[in-house]
Formats: sequence, structure tokens, C-alpha cells
Amino acid sequence: MNTEQQRKERLDRGIKVRSDGLYALMGWQELTYLTLPRLVLILGFLALPLVMPSMYWNRVITIVCIYALLALSFDFLAHFVGLVSLGGAFFIGVGGYLSAIFNTSFGIPPMLSIPMAALSGAIVCTVLLLPCLPLRGVYFAIVTLMYPLALARVIEATDILGGTDGILGIDSFPNEWVEQYSVILLVLLFLFAIRRLVNTDVGLVIRAVKDNDQAVRASGMSVNFYKAGAVFIGSAMGCMGGACLVHVYMWGGISLFALDFSILPIAATVIGGSGTLVGPVLGCLILVPISELLRDFGTLRIVFYSILLVCFVVFRSEGLMVYGERKYHQFERWVKV
Amino acid sequence: MSDQPILEVKDLTKAFGGILALNRVNFHLNEGEILGIIGPNGSGKTTIVNCITGFIRATSGQIFFRGKNITGKAAHKIADMGVTRTFQIMRPYFSLPAYKNLVIPLFSPRAKRTGGWRGGGKLGDRNTVGIDILEEIGFERDSRVPYKKASSLPTGYLKRLELARCLALKPDIILCDEVFSGLSMSEIASMVPLIERLQMDGVTLIMIEHRLRELFRVADRIMVLNFGEKLTEGTSDEVMANEKVKEAYFGSEEVEEVMSYA
Repeated sequence: MNTEQQRKERLDRGIKVRSDGLYALMGWQELTYLTLPRLVLILGFLALPLVMPSMYWNRVITIVCIYALLALSFDFLAHFVGLVSLGGAFFIGVGGYLSAIFNTSFGIPPMLSIPMAALSGAIVCTVLLLPCLPLRGVYFAIVTLMYPLALARVIEATDILGGTDGILGIDSFPNEWVEQYSVILLVLLFLFAIRRLVNTDVGLVIRAVKDNDQAVRASGMSVNFYKAGAVFIGSAMGCMGGACLVHVYMWGGISLFALDFSILPIAATVIGGSGTLVGPVLGCLILVPISELLRDFGTLRIVFYSILLVCFVVFRSEGLMVYGERKYHQFERWVKV
Repeated sequence: MSDQPILEVKDLTKAFGGILALNRVNFHLNEGEILGIIGPNGSGKTTIVNCITGFIRATSGQIFFRGKNITGKAAHKIADMGVTRTFQIMRPYFSLPAYKNLVIPLFSPRAKRTGGWRGGGKLGDRNTVGIDILEEIGFERDSRVPYKKASSLPTGYLKRLELARCLALKPDIILCDEVFSGLSMSEIASMVPLIERLQMDGVTLIMIEHRLRELFRVADRIMVLNFGEKLTEGTSDEVMANEKVKEAYFGSEEVEEVMSYA
């Protein structure tokens, strides 16, 4: 039997080491190495609406961006704050209904009602979730899952807010270009803002809450205060998405509380790579169009979809982005042990 | 030094279900002294720390800090007043480098008010202040140790990191839960002068220890607990001469007699 064993060795690329910190200013190669991935992402997103073959696919891009906001919110809450949220549907529903009410009842134009709905929705969501913030473990997930189910039934049973018919006659965006570039810019804005936030000192405290909440309490800071702040940010992103959605569909109803909004962002985070923030956005960019392509298969598409997900979880559980980052920054070789 | 004790504990009782972890414990702490708390395993030493710092709620009894009743206050508010603690099982932020571990307590309202250890009311750059504190607590500044991830640090440094987290708040009181345990003799030998220096800088300390030799060197007063009750209190010589203490640690004479027949 051959007892010689091989081991895979990973080493940082020379250019990665050379472009650390101030050394990035050494030359155009190092600068390109650092900025290229970001530029590709930004320019790629901005070019997307221009290269889509039809109106139908342009609409898909809008939906991708709304899901991307939800996935960002999930990734931020789960991997930086330690709160596993199944509340995508909750955030979408609250933001969507609020924006619909602002627009139809008070005549506020979409470009104003969306940020208003995001802010007020985030306040509503945070206040409703406050009681379960001190709890650790799965309770936060359960409560965030329960709220959208309950709210949908309440609206159905009491026939408020249009009941099962929903709210009709909501203004759309001024035109489709404004619609698409608004949501694309929102995704890019939140993506880079959250990335910056988690690396500041406040972000460090938020991450510390996930790592070790007892030590944060022993340091004289209220864990619940920081959790509430993080939930506010996370739900603001979700509500923003929901508010955009009702103006895209020009209709808002109880389907805003559909479970898809909770589940798909999680799947996208798994595929894209959790904790990377960019990964979940890319995950949405893959999953939502696939889900559209599979529409021809009718209900069978759920099966294809599930198989794809299972394959990812089993064979690439780290996620695309973690894999990609490794390939970009490091090279691998086999060495004899 | 005022004659009012900085910390006063009256009739502190904590029941976990039917078990009395603490039974009407009374003691006080004078400003600037080091009080050692010893006792066999399960005698309620850590429970005292948890009750004083608000991590668990006392069943009955009162705790006064500088004359103010702090019983039942939230843990972060008590820490904000200057009553800090270390954890027996170290709780650093494992994924962060050692000096970043201190950026978090330095972000707290108290650190902003006081400027952190040696800050003099003004908080500088948190990274620099963090490294300054680490250097003072025994991390070699020019080595790579302060920049290493907490998960790769040995126990000795993690115990120091626990103390450093308290120092970042510029504490009035530090409750040390077994800072000597798990350390080698040489590590303890360098830790003792550190504790003495903290006392000279005006910090009041409660030290829970099993390492009696080192504790007796630094502590001004010793309190002995057994089964949640205070056995005795006094200087180290008084405590060691006490028959009840010997009984608690080594078993009663009757037990020994029974054992000798067996």
C-alpha cells in the first residue's frame, strides 16, 4: 500500500500580500487587483438593465434586487448579529402595506413614500420584535416566522386594508428606467454601507454581541440596545424592498406576507456564501432567474430548485463567494507529507 | 479614604430551586483593599460575583455600592457604575485580535466618560489605548502577541485579557473570578505584582481563588464560604488557625475517625 500522502497547501498570492494596506499604492497592478472585483460588481449591476433581452427580463432584474435586499438583511442579522431571522415576509409585508397606504391614502409620490415606508416600517418591526430580543437561540426565528402568518390572517379575517382584494391603484415608478436603477442603486448602497458598518467600532460591538454577549454586558453596554439597532437596520432594508415591490406591481395584498420572501433569501445566502454580504446578492442573481426559467415546468420547478439547493449544501456548503475569494487571493498546490 | 465601605452586602441569599447557593451572606469591602474569598467547590463563590455584578438576580438581600442600592440592576448598568468582573471561564471575542478585544469595552459609555485606564477623562484612539492597556497588563508591545487572534492565545494571556477588559472601563472595583487558576508558577509569579500594582493605583479588588499561597500574599482580608454560608472572616493567619475552616476543607474529625476504623 502506498503510504505516501499528499496534502493541499494554500498560499497567498504575491500580489495579495503586495497590495495590503498602504502598499496598494505601489502601482497600477496592485490597485487593479484591489478595485477590479468591486468595479466588476458595480458596473455589472449598472449594465444589467441595458443588456436584458425583453421587458419581462427587465422586470426579473427588479425582483432580483428586491430579493437581494432581503438576503443582505438576512446575512447581516444572522452572521454579524447572531439573530437568525425568518422575517423576510414580515419586513416585505410591513414595508409594502405602509408604502401602499402612504401612496393611496395620502397621495405621497413613490420616490418619497418608499423611504418613508422603510423608516416607519423599520420602527414598527423593531418595536414588534423587541420582546424576543433578550432571548437566545431559535426564538427570534420562530417569532419572525409567526408575525407574517398572523398578520396575513388578521387582514383576511377583519377585512381591513382591502382584505383579500388588497390595495389597488398604487402609483408606479415614473418609468421603468427609474424603477430599475432605483432598486439597483439601493442594493449597491446598502451592500457597501453594511460592509463599512461591520468594520467600524460600532460594527465591532455588534459582532461582539454575536460572539459573546456576556462579555459585552460585562463591558457596560446593553446587549438589547445593540440588537435593537441591528434589527432596525435589517428591517429597514427589508421594508425598503417591500415598498419598492408594491410600486412595481402597483398592487399590495396579503401575498406580500408569502413565505417565499423568507425562504429564498436564506437559500441565496447559502449559495452565495454566508457572512460575505456580496455572496447573498450574487445568490439572488442566480436563484431568481433560475426560478423564472423553470416556470415552464410548472410545479415541477420546485423539484429542480430543491435538487440544486441540496447539491450546493452538500458539495459547496461554503458558498460561491468564499470559494471565489479563495481562488482569487490564494493558489493551491499538492505537497507530499 | 472615607469610612463608608465602597461595597456592602447585606443578607445576600440566592436559591436555585430548593438549593440555597447563598444563605444570608453579609460582608463589606473598604475602598482600596483586596478581599479574598475562599471556600471549597460549590460553596457559592462565583454566585456572589454573579449577584453583585447583576448577571443573576439575588433571591433576597441588598447590595450597596458607595451607599447606593444596586440590587436587581441590569448587569451593564452595574458595570457602567464601575463594578466590573472577570469570568472564570475566559470569555474573549475569539475571532478578534487581542487589541481589538479592547476596542469593544472602550466603546462603552463609561470608557467614553473616563477615557479608559490612565485616560484621565479623555479617550484617545481606541486601537492605541487598547494596546497601551495590553502592554501594562503584560502583553509585550513590540512582539506580535497583541495582534494575535484571541483564539490562538494561551490561558495566561486570556486571563490577562479578562483583566484588561475591566481596566478599559477604568473600574472602581474588579471582581476577579480565579485569575490565578490554570496558570503556571512563573505566570502566577508575574501576575501577583500586577495585582499589587492595581491596588496601588486605587482599584478595590475581590479575589476568588483556590491558590491560597498567592492569595494570602496579596489579600488584606480573607472571607471563607462553605455551603453558601460565611464561615469566618479575618487576616490570613486568623483564617488558617480557625478550626471550622480546616473542617470545611479537610473534613471533620468524626469523619476522619470513621475513616480510620474502616
